[in-house]
Amino acid sequence: MNSGERLKDMHSNWMEGPVREALAKKNERKPEFRTDSGLKIDRVYTPVQLDEMGFDYQRDLGFPGQFPFTRGKDPLGYRANFWIFQQYAGFGDARETNRRYRFLLDRGQTGISIALDLPTQIGLDSDHPMADGEVGKTGVAIDSLEDLEIIFDGIPLNKPRQISLVANAVSLVGLAMFIALAKKQKIPTDEMVLRIQNDILKEFIARGTYIYPPGPSVRLATDLITFCVEHHPNWRPLTVCGYHIRESGATATQEIAFSMANALEYLDRVYQKGFDMQKVLPRLSAFMSVGMNFFEEVSKFRALRRLWARLFKERYRIDDVSTLNFDLVNFTAGSSLSAQQPMNNIVRVTIESLAGVLGGCQSLFPCSMDEAYCTPTENSVKLALRTQQIIAHETGIADTIDPLGGSYYVEALTSALEKEAKTYLDKIEKIGGAISAIDSNYFQQEIEDASYKSQKAVENREKLIVGVNEFVDQEELPIEIFRPPKDAADRQKRKLKELRRTRDDGKVQGILKEVERLAQTEENLAPILVEAVTSYATLGEISDVFRRVFGEYREANI
Amino acid sequence: MKRKFRVLIAKPGLDGHDRGAKIVARALRDAEMEVIYTGRRQTSEQIVNAAIQEDVDAIGVSILSGAHETLFPNILDLLKNRGAKDILVFGGGIIPKEDAENLKHMGIVEIFGPGTPTRDIVERIKSEIFQKRRSPY
Repeated sequence: MNSGERLKDMHSNWMEGPVREALAKKNERKPEFRTDSGLKIDRVYTPVQLDEMGFDYQRDLGFPGQFPFTRGKDPLGYRANFWIFQQYAGFGDARETNRRYRFLLDRGQTGISIALDLPTQIGLDSDHPMADGEVGKTGVAIDSLEDLEIIFDGIPLNKPRQISLVANAVSLVGLAMFIALAKKQKIPTDEMVLRIQNDILKEFIARGTYIYPPGPSVRLATDLITFCVEHHPNWRPLTVCGYHIRESGATATQEIAFSMANALEYLDRVYQKGFDMQKVLPRLSAFMSVGMNFFEEVSKFRALRRLWARLFKERYRIDDVSTLNFDLVNFTAGSSLSAQQPMNNIVRVTIESLAGVLGGCQSLFPCSMDEAYCTPTENSVKLALRTQQIIAHETGIADTIDPLGGSYYVEALTSALEKEAKTYLDKIEKIGGAISAIDSNYFQQEIEDASYKSQKAVENREKLIVGVNEFVDQEELPIEIFRPPKDAADRQKRKLKELRRTRDDGKVQGILKEVERLAQTEENLAPILVEAVTSYATLGEISDVFRRVFGEYREANI
Repeated sequence: MKRKFRVLIAKPGLDGHDRGAKIVARALRDAEMEVIYTGRRQTSEQIVNAAIQEDVDAIGVSILSGAHETLFPNILDLLKNRGAKDILVFGGGIIPKEDAENLKHMGIVEIFGPGTPTRDIVERIKSEIFQKRRSPY
């Protein structure tokens, strides 16, 4: 009998012996144990399960920084540089945002991530009727290049390690503004790293800040990708987003699969245009959630890296497999936070940050504890930063690469997650790809079902959340709540009026006409948009031109 | 005449987060109510028009973007001006407690914050509509 069979025997003996005896005296907490996404959890993991899955170290793990990248992106892990400590910030107006960024950079933050308000994300100027009540609430209002100049006043674009802009429908205009700003600051663009989210398809599925229909939206996204590949090769023109999909209720496997399906839509087009995918793929990032189901989350990141590498290698016929490496950006799950007993959220964010780092991310955004109430206060933001610094400097987990690798449980979970995600991807392919899946409501229905199931599990107490449906306190301690400045809208409106008065309006109108003409061709729109923003055309004016040409998206009625 | 309770679930303004709104809509449907869900990006006018056209008993408004201080009063004003004050308005989303209290003073029946069980929402909406229908006013 070989050692595998001997082990199986030992396992059976263990089940018949100690386990059976113990079960005779007490029950396990549940009849069966499952991860958040529904994968079955065995009582203990041994080489037996890995054998059954056909696990092979060399093929399935390899080494950090080498295909299939399961163990991580970097051959040095965090032994050279830690992950980038980030915070998502921006509110009110540009001057306030500038102050907050200088505060954070002084306290050790190394990256800047710009949160935009909703009117800006949806291509509306601050004086548009639909912007009423929304200016400066979820982030900073950017109506024109002038606002970006103020945001970065005293902050050279090459000072932060990277700048992330969460722009999707307006991504190309955002890109144009940064190119124009770099020119004004006289910073060569290869000295700065700009990352733009630019994942418009997830907006239709989960996040909701779309403007135009999917087809033209993908055209704009692809223009941005190809322009950067050619002119700004060290920038990151696409972040494949699982986070929002997960936050809207999807499971861990859906988070991987649906975000990758979206990525395929953009990448297939870039590939069909004849670009060298070996130059494109390394510029991508993935943006993923980190939830509370600890081991599933760690395994999820490993599964994502491996699936990505294997899938793209085959699909885009990649020879140089080192190009299949990508940047992983993790954000702790906002939906896991409770409004009740908000201090508990500090604990949750710490656990999630730990999982994010053990999963091998390149950047980490921890939530602040008060985010179930409002955008965070300065103190709670600082605490979130300190959380990262404590993990980095006091725990030692950054001293070796992929420390959970080789855990029988983690390897079993990693393989199971990869397999289920691949099954979803095959199904989406059969539907005709992500755009078809959006049009036929496939994603939306899957997510709504998963979300409702999850809600019911909480209400039926199958899933316990401390402070919410268990260990509830009657008395709630008041916490300090952040209030965005009330006059942000008025200040923006005054600024806009002044801008329109002082700029060369004839020039602006001329350029906008050219934007309209070019939008109807196949030409890349980035260069004309740089001209437009430099002449102080507003974001709303440019977006309105696109609205005329592409139309506006209307959600299907469910 | 036993007419089913009718509720409009609405997402006003620019906020795109509809997970909660969809869950509440489904929970109300499971509780045998007739529910119309407006989808995202509705103006206050569109919401009030739909509520009147659909002859609903109540509107549930979901806002997570901080725009509640503007959008709720708009809806209440429009209902008043259109002679539809009898339509009950509930809310949910990310609304600090102090603001929720103010909104209730203005006439919002209840704000269901994060973590509120759907059965509590269903029960409250049912009982408020029931009482309203019984009332001679």
